[in-house]
Amino acid sequence: MSAMTTARLAAWLEAALAIALAIVWISPLIFAFWAAFHTSSDAVNFKLDATWTLENFRTAWNGAPWLTYFLNSFLLVTSVLIGQFVLCTLAGFAFAQVEFRGKDVIFILVLLQLFILPEVLIVENYVVASELGIVDSILGMGAPYMASAFGIFLMRQTFKSVPKELDDAARVEGCGLLGVLWRVYVPAARPTYIAYALVSVSTHWNNFLWPLIVTNTDAARPITVGLSIFAAPENGVDISVISAATVMAIAPLLVLFLVFQRQFVQAFLQAGIK
Amino acid sequence: MQDPIAIERRRNTINGWLLLTPALIMLTTFAFLPTIATFWQSLFSRGTRRRPTEFVELENYRALFDDPTFWLVVTNNLFYAGITIPVSILVALTMALWANSKIPARSFIRSAYFTPTILPMIAAANLWLFFYTPGFGVLDQIGALFGLPSTNWLGQPETALWAVCIVTIWKEAGFFMIFYLAALQTIPPDLKEAADIEGAGWWSYTGRIVLPLLMPTTLFILVNAMINSVKLIDHLFILTKGGPSDASKLLLYYIWESAFAFFDAPAAAAMTVLVLIALGALAAAQFLVIDRRTHYR
Repeated sequence: MSAMTTARLAAWLEAALAIALAIVWISPLIFAFWAAFHTSSDAVNFKLDATWTLENFRTAWNGAPWLTYFLNSFLLVTSVLIGQFVLCTLAGFAFAQVEFRGKDVIFILVLLQLFILPEVLIVENYVVASELGIVDSILGMGAPYMASAFGIFLMRQTFKSVPKELDDAARVEGCGLLGVLWRVYVPAARPTYIAYALVSVSTHWNNFLWPLIVTNTDAARPITVGLSIFAAPENGVDISVISAATVMAIAPLLVLFLVFQRQFVQAFLQAGIK
Repeated sequence: MQDPIAIERRRNTINGWLLLTPALIMLTTFAFLPTIATFWQSLFSRGTRRRPTEFVELENYRALFDDPTFWLVVTNNLFYAGITIPVSILVALTMALWANSKIPARSFIRSAYFTPTILPMIAAANLWLFFYTPGFGVLDQIGALFGLPSTNWLGQPETALWAVCIVTIWKEAGFFMIFYLAALQTIPPDLKEAADIEGAGWWSYTGRIVLPLLMPTTLFILVNAMINSVKLIDHLFILTKGGPSDASKLLLYYIWESAFAFFDAPAAAAMTVLVLIALGALAAAQFLVIDRRTHYR
């Protein structure tokens, strides 16, 4: 066999393996979609010619207050995002463009929070939340994440790369510190805000442990907690109905991802590299 | 008359601290104070109706070290880290090399690898339940084609933790791939050309040029993967609840269980302190060794 055909064979084999892994990787998702639209006996027997049905979605939808869960998740990600934008913009700007005493020490303290995860502090954070009276509320679920060390760091790095001339020009025109921030830095950081928003929304739409702890009624529960209660084995719901509920829960984010795929990947990248 | 430079400096200091205040209030409330409170709590006994809490020094830690479940959970978590970190990094690297090469259906491949990243862990667990269920789960059905007996993957101590690890790898490999992909695209193409001219094969090009260039990315991913081996435990709530007989229980899950199911706050506090110390050591290693330069530019 000539070197040419060996190389071509290797390339072909590589492509085949890559595609095989891709299929394996999305197969759990595909099975769930398939099961969601079929009766559970057809789903578990892999009857490929079985009739499609929406019955599972009907059963799932009537089994839990999904609309409330969706609304709560929506309010949660929105309030976390607004909080993060405001807090991280102000703090990131201070770290990037204002010289003041004590800055370095505080910055290290903030960076430490990259490691002291809110997830690890669940026990004491619950005590704090109950003392503040925000247990079982959207605010209670979102508050620990608002002053994100990651966000502060990200905004600092972005603001540092804004050309100094723009800053000076705005100051000459008589802008105060907040004016400069609002007119020069915030517009210049637009791509970072978009990237950060995508990362933040998908993180908090998917967050589970803290919302589980801090909520105790359906009025406040987000979609992940709702889904876990609905799909709990104790409830004995069948696999097709669970699949339908899962598909429902992931649909908004999945659609968003498929539409904005490039931006999503770019966002995660940008957020990770800074 | 006051020195204008001194006035300017003072104004900057006031402005700086004012800008930081909102974030610092939130960080103090939900990170710094709870951290200190956790240390403090871990030195007090569990209060009952008859006996109020009292200062017991390191008694909670002693009790924890005498608790065989704690050691089992620590071992489990080390196993979890030992499997998921290297495997997901290797899978991510392979995915990135493939997704970066000129092969057909590249954009499909990239999306397929990346999709698990955007799913909630709870949903991922539900999807995998369909694979693991004994009898009619996908794995058992595939096994049955080859005449293998039905296996209760989640229900037996030997396989439960493996099953949990696989879901984690599935979830995070695509995420790590993105970082490798970005790093690969910054490698100048003339390096490949030079390697071709020198007659270097794929293996020596990848091993001698690509992998060393990817080292900073690998370290970044490694730190993230280590944090994830503490953090990613949501799927336990659906798949195993730490069972059977604690075989798949991980630290954060045990902390949750101690505090909110067994109402043993001192034990939970002591364990939290140990996890915080481990994470603090990781942070110190990151700041001092890995990327001193990038952070303090």
